[in-house]
Amino acid sequence: MTENRLDQVFSRCKQENRAALVGYLTAGDPNVEISESLLLALAESVDVLEIGMPFSDPMADGPVIQQASERALAAGTHMRDVFALVATVRQQHPDIGIVLMGYANSPYAMGIERFAAASAQAGADGVLIVDIPAEESAIWGTHLQAHGLHRIMLLAPTSSEERIALACREAGGFIYYVSLTGITGADMGDIASVQQQVACIRRHTDLPVCVGFGIKTAQQAQAVAAFSDGVVVGSAFVAQIPAHAGDAAAMQQSIRDNARALRAALSPSA
Amino acid sequence: MSANIPYDMSITHAPDARGHFGIYGGRFAAETLMGPLKELEEAFAEAWQDPAFQQERMQLLQHYVGRATPLYHADRLSRENGGAQIWLKREDLTHTGAHKINNTIGQGLLARRMGKQRVIAETGAGQHGVATATVAAKFGMQCDVYMGREDVERQMPNVLRMRLLGANVIAVDSGTATLKDALNDALRDWVASCEDTFYIIGTVAGPHPYPLMVRQFHAVIGQEARAQMLEQAGRLPDVAVACVGGGSNAMGLLHPLRDDAVRLVAVEAAGHGLDGHAHAASLARGKAGILHGNLTYLLEDQDGQIQGTHSISAGLDYPGVGPELAAMLDAGELELEAATDDEALEAFRRLTACEGIIPALESSHALAAGMRIAAGMDSSQHVLINLSGRGDKDMNTVFKALGWLEQAS
Repeated sequence: MTENRLDQVFSRCKQENRAALVGYLTAGDPNVEISESLLLALAESVDVLEIGMPFSDPMADGPVIQQASERALAAGTHMRDVFALVATVRQQHPDIGIVLMGYANSPYAMGIERFAAASAQAGADGVLIVDIPAEESAIWGTHLQAHGLHRIMLLAPTSSEERIALACREAGGFIYYVSLTGITGADMGDIASVQQQVACIRRHTDLPVCVGFGIKTAQQAQAVAAFSDGVVVGSAFVAQIPAHAGDAAAMQQSIRDNARALRAALSPSA
Repeated sequence: MSANIPYDMSITHAPDARGHFGIYGGRFAAETLMGPLKELEEAFAEAWQDPAFQQERMQLLQHYVGRATPLYHADRLSRENGGAQIWLKREDLTHTGAHKINNTIGQGLLARRMGKQRVIAETGAGQHGVATATVAAKFGMQCDVYMGREDVERQMPNVLRMRLLGANVIAVDSGTATLKDALNDALRDWVASCEDTFYIIGTVAGPHPYPLMVRQFHAVIGQEARAQMLEQAGRLPDVAVACVGGGSNAMGLLHPLRDDAVRLVAVEAAGHGLDGHAHAASLARGKAGILHGNLTYLLEDQDGQIQGTHSISAGLDYPGVGPELAAMLDAGELELEAATDDEALEAFRRLTACEGIIPALESSHALAAGMRIAAGMDSSQHVLINLSGRGDKDMNTVFKALGWLEQAS
């Protein structure tokens, strides 16, 4: 796999002796216009921005991110809007990593090759499809690779060593370790077992390992950062949108403040 | 009673090692579920080859479910309809009133064998939920059933039955608050609980091995019907007809007839008509996509967002279909028919008036198409229709559709 911006982001973080901050928002939540301002605010502080493609049936997500999809779709967000949002963020933040995240059916409906081309053209660096496991990923890997995109793979507490090895062979950019047996936004699992699993994954790959699902506070982020290469925070950002419903400026401020606090918690002096 | 009931351990038309039927099927699941699904696949394969498991399953199907169900020659209906002889496979006469229990007995036994203390299920009309709650009561397992808020309201008698049976019914408010959303929430539950929980999927869809496993547990329908046709009619039917939502009763009837010279007909819910969006005909109007763990025909928009469906029968109100049916359609093994709400209601009334059998609205779709096909055939020919369930649960819907409730109030 050829190197791309994601690899540069993680080597920069390593040089700075800190874990990367990976932040998630759903594209088009609560609508395309406000979503643009929120993504731009989040992009100020994160190393990698995960932009969710809204889907009608987000099976791996808890209520917070489910409702983000529902708001985005109710506001009429289409795939073309998702790519436009990626392009806007890319223009203003040339150095951060951008990962498109979501479920298989929208990319599949577009055509995997067309999806890969549009993602790359908009300025994404990687793609994470929740419901495409390593066993089904060959065709996806081929098209993503052809467009210089990394295929981010998920691993979970239930992943056997055999599956860890399989996913690591397919993966590029970084490994996303799901810290709990459950859906996004649930309470974080036992930190010692997360650390153990991350160590196990490292035996199979030199890729950076990021940890997500259930990380909400700066304290949790610090604890995870101690043994991982990146900390993924999603639901905690998304939750600011309904919390400040109707007040776009307050959503933006709250997401910006949250991201800054998390970013500060991950700096080596913290 | 006989101690040794015949059972068939062979598996024909198996998917490939990763659960693909042609290009369809597969295991498109979140990473967390990949381990548990592998474990389930192995447990099912092992149980299926274990004579003790099969013997216990068959004993329960006989003494608890009431199998074999009759094959009934609807002679009066055949005469009035004209054309071919109509035969009904009477799944409506099973315990709990629909074919669904064939599968929940099988998966319930498997759950017990795997040491799981809790079962979960999704349900639309409530028939699969009731069948799951029934088995959970019998095996002494904790049971949670996910049901869309809209379905909870329109299928209240089944909700109450499940509660009586000791199950906890969880109303689902996400998405469109119907069957597909109940499935999403059941999957979300299972992702967090797979250690001690068995997910009993109610149709021939979902990630591998569910489509294969559910088909095998329902194949008893077609195996019996095949033998009964030979015995009672002296020959196999010319046509076999079943309704299709997810496709469990259809695969149950049609799979054992696939290698015979029998036309296999799947009948989808055309709702208010196939031209608009108010239907649930994913084979006729859908396109290939990925949802609920499998690649199959889906009703979706240009962006791959799953569309809301409509059918008068809650059990057919689903935007996808079992992947094997998708593969059979592409391979030319399957003929496709559809019946509208009105046609299903008319078939419901005709069977009730003509034979004294009140069918489920789901099964009424198969009847509508089956009678249509029979009318164009010769009286020496035979049409076999799966009467997958009884209509008691549908009284309210039918009364409303007939305008009786307004008159009474």
